[in-house]
Amino acid sequence: MDKIVIENFSLEYSDGTESLREINLRIPANQLTVLFGPAGGGKSTLLRSINRLNDLADVKVTQGKILLDGVNVLDKKLDTNNLRRKVGMVFARPVVLPFSIRRNLTYGFELAGIRDAALIEESVERSLGQAALWEEVKDRLDDPATALSGGQQQRLCLARSLIQQPDVILLDEPTSGLDPISTLKVENSLQELKKDYTIVLVPHSVQQAARIADLAAFFLQGELIEVGIGAELFTKPTKSRTQRYIEGRYG
Amino acid sequence: MKLSSKQRMLVQNLAFAAMSLIASLTVIFIVLIVVYIVSMGAGAISFEFIFSMPYDGMRSGGILPAIIGTFYLTLGTAALAVPLGLGAAIFLSEYAPDNQMTRIIRIAITNLSGIPSVVYGLFGLGLFVLFLQLGTSILAASMTLAIMTLPVIISTAEEALRTVPQSFRVVSISLGGTRWQTIRKIVLPEAMPGILTGVILGLERAAGETAPIMFTGAAFFLPQLPTSLTDATMALPYHLFVISTQVPGMPIQIQFGTALVLLVFVLGMNLIASIIRSRARAKRQW
Repeated sequence: MDKIVIENFSLEYSDGTESLREINLRIPANQLTVLFGPAGGGKSTLLRSINRLNDLADVKVTQGKILLDGVNVLDKKLDTNNLRRKVGMVFARPVVLPFSIRRNLTYGFELAGIRDAALIEESVERSLGQAALWEEVKDRLDDPATALSGGQQQRLCLARSLIQQPDVILLDEPTSGLDPISTLKVENSLQELKKDYTIVLVPHSVQQAARIADLAAFFLQGELIEVGIGAELFTKPTKSRTQRYIEGRYG
Repeated sequence: MKLSSKQRMLVQNLAFAAMSLIASLTVIFIVLIVVYIVSMGAGAISFEFIFSMPYDGMRSGGILPAIIGTFYLTLGTAALAVPLGLGAAIFLSEYAPDNQMTRIIRIAITNLSGIPSVVYGLFGLGLFVLFLQLGTSILAASMTLAIMTLPVIISTAEEALRTVPQSFRVVSISLGGTRWQTIRKIVLPEAMPGILTGVILGLERAAGETAPIMFTGAAFFLPQLPTSLTDATMALPYHLFVISTQVPGMPIQIQFGTALVLLVFVLGMNLIASIIRSRARAKRQW
């Protein structure tokens, strides 16, 4: 079943940089979809359009539709705060808020006005478990989040995006600043998480894309060149531009 | 002319020495002023000087009404200038689009801070005292001081808000927060030490000014303490001006004693500002 359907989606920034042209893509539920390609291809832009975070940027034109469970998220009247609760996001650099570990997690509930202590307590433990961080921090939830290592901070950010049980998680190069061991932990968590969530990820390398993708979409300078099942696309790409990129000829 | 490396070293050392000398001059001046005022005025300081009314044409007794007056004026200025200034700073840093209107607002703020304080005094006299018929009063003087203080508060508060990393805002919004929730829960608390520092520095200037209150609320001599916002009041800087220039036969010790109290008041506020700043720096998590 398709969780997200992107139809004829085009976007242009006011300064003319990094635009997307006529993107059509179906993102299946409970799978890990990877958007990959060289920098400036529009992957992050597409990611940030799904949760309307691009509203913060200086966007000139958007056209087309992005349907999440059949609802067009680009609708001007849509409640974006609600949308962002359903679509969690993890960024390239781990940005922990200047609070304790616990409040970093519960901040989303705070914003939503949810005060059910039992639910919150349970969600903290669940989300930290899902991000493979619970064992490391369970005894120091009230320490400042900045006391954690970079890898732990990024897993905290993952947990934070999961705590309100979103439907979709968007990850924008989530492991670009992490060591191989932390990267592996995050990747393993994602494999577990896709049972319950739809995951869309921009990888920081082709290798990572090939390692984790169920479905892979190759973006080049604002165009979607090719979409395919991960295992197939990385071994037998149909377009020569995809093949040359995967082989490392450019990018 | 080409210098050998030894000569270049010499030039560098000379320039370095000259610059440290100039920098240390500022320290010398503040120390000189404080030492001078303290040595001349310390003898006047007594319980009676701080806590009693002046008498004998202000040549004897204390300066209580001036201290209380400056306290009231500072408080009044804060009550008016802080909400306005903070609101403007939040608007400029968080909401204002980059357009002509915003640029005009910024230019206005810069120019407000360049207006001489005596001009504020005349403006306050015209608008608050006469046109709005507030009379020479604590209210009119506080309003005048507030307008004078606004640009300092706005620009320091805006600066403090801008130093909060943009990524905090993006994350907060990505978690379903509104802009205002993000400002209230993250941006304002993080910027608060910087904002407070700016507020105190602005108020400190207001507390020490004579010209803006001269026509709007400060009294030459009052036999009793002010009891309402519409009363005029004595104030430390104006009192100092009066007893230094307008009262013949004034004991010099009282003049310097008054200057010392004003100096302590202002430097004390400065000290509070630095304590807030250093505490916040120690606590900062990013």
